[in-house]
This record gives sequence, structure tokens and C-alpha cells, in this order.
Amino acid sequence: MDYKTMPDSYKKSSKPHFFCPGCGHAITLKQLGDVVSELGIAKKMVFGIDIGCSLLAWDFFDIDTIQAHHGRSIPVVVGIKKVAPKKIALAYMGDGGAYAIGLQSLIHAAYRNDPIIAIVINNTNYAMTGGQMAPTTFPGEITSTSAFGKRDQGFGNHFLGPETIFSIADKKAYIARVSVSNPRNIKETFKKAISKAESGNFAFVEVLSICPTNWKTNAHNSFEFLKTIEAKFPLKEFSKTREAV
Amino acid sequence: MKEFISGNVAAFKGAIAAGARAMFGYPITPSTEILQSWSEAADKNDHLVFLQTEDETAAGFCLNGAVLQGVKSFTATAGPGTVLMQDGLSMAENLRLPTVTIVMQRGGPSTGTVNYSQQEVLLTCFGGNGEGLRIVYSAGTPQEMYDFTIKAFDSAWRYRFPTILLGDGYIGKQKSQVDLKAPLNPIKSVNLLSGKNIRNCYSSEDEFADYLKQNILAFEKAAPKISEFSVFGKNSAENLIIAHGSTYFTVREAIESIDPQGKHYQIFRPITLRPFPGTDLNRYLKNKKRLWFFESSYGQMQMIAKAEIDFTQFKGKVQTDFRPAKSFLIEDIIETIRG
Repeated sequence: MDYKTMPDSYKKSSKPHFFCPGCGHAITLKQLGDVVSELGIAKKMVFGIDIGCSLLAWDFFDIDTIQAHHGRSIPVVVGIKKVAPKKIALAYMGDGGAYAIGLQSLIHAAYRNDPIIAIVINNTNYAMTGGQMAPTTFPGEITSTSAFGKRDQGFGNHFLGPETIFSIADKKAYIARVSVSNPRNIKETFKKAISKAESGNFAFVEVLSICPTNWKTNAHNSFEFLKTIEAKFPLKEFSKTREAV
Repeated sequence: MKEFISGNVAAFKGAIAAGARAMFGYPITPSTEILQSWSEAADKNDHLVFLQTEDETAAGFCLNGAVLQGVKSFTATAGPGTVLMQDGLSMAENLRLPTVTIVMQRGGPSTGTVNYSQQEVLLTCFGGNGEGLRIVYSAGTPQEMYDFTIKAFDSAWRYRFPTILLGDGYIGKQKSQVDLKAPLNPIKSVNLLSGKNIRNCYSSEDEFADYLKQNILAFEKAAPKISEFSVFGKNSAENLIIAHGSTYFTVREAIESIDPQGKHYQIFRPITLRPFPGTDLNRYLKNKKRLWFFESSYGQMQMIAKAEIDFTQFKGKVQTDFRPAKSFLIEDIIETIRG
């Protein structure tokens, strides 16, 4: 392997990684790895991950990493942060873990302003189990459990995570939505999130991501579909909005 | 130093004495005073960590996170809370995390009743989607809630298996003199995550089976050192009674009132329900004509015991008095025994 472009924080022995070709997780983790390396915080950091595609990041970094159950990486890192306040505690999960099975923990961590960082990869489906409908699936979107397109009646509109969390989070919390269409912005946003958590506040970033495998899209169409999603999930920093109000 | 306190408060004091520094929990009767006592202590002492979580599931996973950092931590729950705790306990079992869970049993299934039962035996011993690699103590008095809480922390960190202390609402709420003896050498805890990438999910059956086999072997190796029991009465007695927790103490009072030396009725009390002291039980079963089970469940402990009994040796009669979610009076025991 050519290690030159790999961030120092990568665990070299686990590369090449196991994400599907073109997966948005890998793009996001690359930005996270760069941020960790640039800030030199690998030793201070604890990385908690959900099951689902996030699982594949279990040995991605040379960072203390613990993989929990679906929707449970937030309470695990909350427990870690409570007893080890000097650690930078980051929970990494998908949209199913964050907005369905683990929503209660996400809401309460935000509501308590727990100084952790939560990163949610939103690709509008349950990818590891074969592309089922998620809360984030938008009406009309085809998944393996909405073969004729998700019906909003009885299944709901697409779930807006950061907007929901913003409505209950402490006003000092940092909340943002970014997209893998702009990796540089992901990196800057992660830096802000980490700095916000280090100043004692909850930080939450949703990353709109691509899932070529379950979307059944090639490289070009993956990013075209991402544009469709970006139109439905506004990319913005919610904390700024609040300050402006 | 003796104090007149309830079993729940005794459990809290036991956790402090054992060196616990964090508690994560969700209020549920009849365990709530453990949470309340800890929160009061944490208000006064910055060294102690307390989080009242959004639900029992979160409490279980916060607990997993805290012990990974090498901090002695625990939770307390009951009934439907114990059901939700299986999520975190299952992860703790897979990773051999030394969590301590205090379970004050209440009537079930479902929300059942709020005060008493012995129905959380199988759930605590074998709950979760695994093989029951857990340590389960059964306490029967407020004093034991104190002593066994200390024991639970010691075993959890010594053998690295999630450890559960079973009590019930009666001993949780009952006050009595409790001797608060400090443990001589509380075991040290260490960071379990430092420098590690830990996963809970394997992609190959062979790889995971090997991993699981190691854990099972470790459990089997530790089992003889962990398993505990006590015996009342003579080996020459014809009857052996098995009972645990609160029921044991009622059985013992009943026997002491009709057979003070235990000449006719010997009582075998498993103190650990997991690992179960099966080898010892078989020793005491030798030459017994009759075996009795008294339980405030429909025979949950009996199921565990029967799996251990060597029925090629013991040919006597088995008699049972099961009262799911209901306690025994001394008279009940005597009546059953006298038929």
C-alpha cells in the first residue's frame, strides 16, 4: 500500500478497508483521520461506533475504539466521557442507529449537553442489512422495504435529524449538516465540532453520504442522487442560525 | 460500624466500600433507593459520577463505557428494567466487561408487581443472546446486600465477567442492623480500552467460535473459585432442601423451629446461582431420600439445579413448592414439609 496519502491516525495494518467501493463512510473517515492527525488528538480520543456499516470502522484508526450495538455508541461514549472527562469522546453511527433505534439516547445526550461528538452518516437507508427503508428515506424513494417508493402516509416524511436535535439541544451545542460532495467542508466542520466538545458542549454532525451498493448507482449517478438528497436535507450550521435569531 | 439501614441503602454503601466511582441508572421500584442514595452522595462528592439515563438500555451501555475506562461502576434495576438491561449485559458478556448490576426482583412477567419475586433468576443467569457467562449472587438480607455488593465488584474485576447481585424488594425496603465492615483489599481496576480496537461482531463463524470458546473455557476455569454455597444441618439427614435468597432464610427459620439441629432436614443454599455449585450439591445429595425446592418462581432455580444433579446417583424423590411472585411464611414451609 502507498501510505503517503494516509493520515497518521490510520491503522495501516487494516488497510485496504472493507467499505464497499465508493462508499461515503470512507470519504468521511478520511476527513476525520486528517482532522485527528492535524490536531494531534489520537491519544486523547475514544472512538465509539455502532453496528451497521459503521462497524467496518472498528479497526480503522490507531485510536481506542469500541464497537457497541445498534444505536448504542452514544450511551457508551457518554459513559466513557463521564468517568474520563479529559478524553475526546466521539460516537459514529448511521442514520438508522441515530434516528430510529438510538434516537432516545441521541436526544438526551443533546438535551443534557453532554460534551461528546456524534457523527451520523445519512445515506437514507439501512445499508448493511441490504438497503431497507430508514426514517431518512424520503417519500417516493425506492428501498428493499419500499419497493414501490416510500409512502409518506404511515411511514412518514424523511426524518430531519439535525433540525430535530436543534429544537431540544442546549443553545451552546454545535449542530451541522454536511455532505460528502464537499469533503473539505466536512473536515472544517469536524474541527469545529471537536473544538465545541472540548469547550464542554454537545456537538452533532450529520454527513449526507452516498451508498452506491444499495442505491445501485455508478460513480456519476451516486453523486447525482446525492444532489437530490441535498435538496431535501439542507446543508447548514444550525448553531449559527440560532445565534442569528 | 453498625447502622440501621435498608437493603437498598446497604447495597449503595457496599458499592462505595468496594471503590465504585460511577453509577448509571433509571428509577424503578423496588430498587430506586440505591439510585437515590448514590445521587445524594454524588451531589456532595465530585469524585463520584452519577447519571440518571433516559432508560435502562442507555444505563447498561453507559456502564459498559465507564468500565472500559477502568472505573468501577454499576447500575441497579428490577423487573422490566432487567429485561432492557440484557442489551448492555450481552455486550458486557461478549467482551467480558466487569460491570456490576444490582437487581431487586419484583413480580413478573411484564410490570407484574413492584415488591417481590424470585423470577429474575433465568433472566440474570442466561439472559441475552449468549451462553450465560455471568456471575450471579443471590442475597437474602440487608447485611448480605452490603457484603455481596462488595463481593460482586471483587469477582467482576477479578474474573472479568459481568456480575449481577440478585435481591428483592422485601430485603431492599426492609431495615435492619448492618455491619459496614470495610473490605481489606478492594481489587484494583484497570483501563480495558487503552491502545485497543475492540469489536463485538465477527464476520466468520470459525473466528467467533474460537473467541467464544476461550471465554467459555475461562468461565469454566474460574467457576470453582467463584461458586459459593452454605449448608445448614446434618449430612445424615434424609431430606435436602434447596432454597436461595430471601426464601432460604424463611426455610431456615422454619427448619430451626421444627428440627433445630437439622437432623432430618439439611438445607443447601446456593449463594451463586451462576456458576451454580453443582459439584457441592451432588456431594450433599448423597444418601438423601428426598429433595425439596422452595422458590418464589415457577422453579427457575430448580431448572438450573436439576441440570447439575447427577440423577444416576440420586434416586430419591423430588418435591417442590413453587409460588411465583409470592413469598413464603414460616408456616407455609412447615405445612408443605409435613404434607
